Amino acid sequence: MIATESLSKRFPRVTALDRLSLDIGPGVTGLVGANGAGKSTMIKILLGLSPASEGRAEVLGLDVATKGAAIRERVGYMPEHDCLPPDVSATEFVVHMARMSGLPPAAARERTADTLRHVGLYEERYRPIGGYSTGMKQRVKLAQALVHDPQLVFLDEPTNGLDPVGRDEMLGLIRRIHTDFGISVLVTSHLLGELERTCDHVVVIDGGKLLRSSSTTDFTQTTTTLAIEVTDTDEHPDGTRAVRDALHARGVDVLDSGRGLPGSGHILLLTAQGEETYDLVRDVVADLGLGLVRMEQRRHHISEVFKDSDESTDAQRKEAVGHGG
Amino acid sequence: MAVEHSTATQQGDQTRIHNIGYRSYDGPRLGRSYATRSLFSQSLRGSYGLGRSVKSKVLPMLLFVVMCVPAAIMVAVAVATKARELPVDYTRYAIVMQAVISLYLASQAPQSVSRDLRFKTVPLYFSRPIETADYVRAKFAALASALFLLTGAPLIVLYAGALLAKLDFADQTKGFAQGLVSVALLSLLFAGIGLVIASVTPRRGFGIAAVIAVLTISYGAVSTLQAIAEVQDSSGAIAWMGLFSPVTLIDGVQSAFLGADSAFPGGVGPSTGEGVVYVLVTLGLVAAAYGLLLRRYRKVGL
Repeated sequence: MIATESLSKRFPRVTALDRLSLDIGPGVTGLVGANGAGKSTMIKILLGLSPASEGRAEVLGLDVATKGAAIRERVGYMPEHDCLPPDVSATEFVVHMARMSGLPPAAARERTADTLRHVGLYEERYRPIGGYSTGMKQRVKLAQALVHDPQLVFLDEPTNGLDPVGRDEMLGLIRRIHTDFGISVLVTSHLLGELERTCDHVVVIDGGKLLRSSSTTDFTQTTTTLAIEVTDTDEHPDGTRAVRDALHARGVDVLDSGRGLPGSGHILLLTAQGEETYDLVRDVVADLGLGLVRMEQRRHHISEVFKDSDESTDAQRKEAVGHGG
Repeated sequence: MAVEHSTATQQGDQTRIHNIGYRSYDGPRLGRSYATRSLFSQSLRGSYGLGRSVKSKVLPMLLFVVMCVPAAIMVAVAVATKARELPVDYTRYAIVMQAVISLYLASQAPQSVSRDLRFKTVPLYFSRPIETADYVRAKFAALASALFLLTGAPLIVLYAGALLAKLDFADQTKGFAQGLVSVALLSLLFAGIGLVIASVTPRRGFGIAAVIAVLTISYGAVSTLQAIAEVQDSSGAIAWMGLFSPVTLIDGVQSAFLGADSAFPGGVGPSTGEGVVYVLVTLGLVAAAYGLLLRRYRKVGL
């Protein structure tokens, strides 16, 4: 879908992108970085609107330097900032934007009605945008990026300014753009945490440099973490410790993470190696005569995965994840 | 979304709403020139409030009516009194009505471009097939066409009236054609000036004030200076002063080449030689406005 080769962008004072080489396939890809890491610059270059200082990039197999117009016909773009005129209705606005993408008038109307419905705008689409909530405005922005049925959409910070519920809805919608609509997504965020639920692939950039590019499923699903909580009994006043010891005796090490969080003393985390681990835990707990309060799968947080990648920017990323939580 | 919802009604199966899920689009994509034309027609319609709220239709429609009513009255008078010629020349009409034209320009130029800048809609345009130049051309052409409609419509009323009153056909047609050329030039010039001012004033109010200020102050200053020159018998200077305001510029061009009587003090328009300078300055200003707009939008980008 997207391929860059030592792509660089230098402004008189700053280097926004520094020899970035990427290869992004179909699916939902997260582009993560702190503010000013070069995410928006990258999107501008990929849309063929800003020439790269060095290197080359291809979108959908088209060179951004020469085929900008052809690329822009096939991709959608949702900007980070507000971009909606308040005095027109969502329908009129999106129809106009569909025509600006080259759709004939009748098709533009039909696609607008469809797209607005898919992003979850119903009766309110005939009212002027000025009266919309932030969540509704984000939906209109998303609709105008999807209305011409692109093969790929660039979503620049789509969850900005949304409350937790709105954020979850937006992330769910982004997921559906790929699974239901068959459109690939490149979504940027400065919050690492929220992308793990949504993306197939995460690219982390910092200071214009590629920090890491990996598939989220690689490390969040193959090694599932189990969280276990048990009751205490008279026989075992500290049930948690008893289970820990019993598991240790059977050769399963309990992970140390989760310390310092409230209630973490009662929760055991261990790595599931497959079906046997679940059976083992069940047997151990039953043998000890304890009650199993919970046994749930926990996906690794991407932050854990990146923890060992680069110490220098670690603090920054933790902060970002903290915001995301 | 693949779930099928159905509504049970009296007819049962006959009315059933199927949620058919996402449909992809594989119809035609008409590309850049179609998008530019769409932007042109949307902007042109918008200049008269069409496709916008009722509130924004009021002013442009009102000004359009105000522009045409005097022409209609003149025609009525001419027909009723069986006059031998129209009370006002075709070329003179726009000059007389310049306040209305200025007001229209001041209200619609910001509407056309300031809104896109202020609400940052411009990046959405440039993330689509059109280029900076396409956007500028579409907006320029749309506003110039809107102005041409505004200034040309009363001429059509006058012409139709003149034919009704059985005035000399050849004479009237020639005057009408000259009038149209003159207002076309005026439309281009005014559109350019209005758009350049509006494109650097994202706040609509400032844009309106700035356009009115530029048009009225320049005209007021030039007319005053011309009047002073007239009194001091330096009539040679009058023609050159006319170069410094849009209205007098058009007046100069049409009195030199389009058979109009000059509205300059003393009724002395520029000579043919001076007229050439007038034409060059007018075209130069239109080109400069286009160039400035291109430069402005190249910076805006995303």
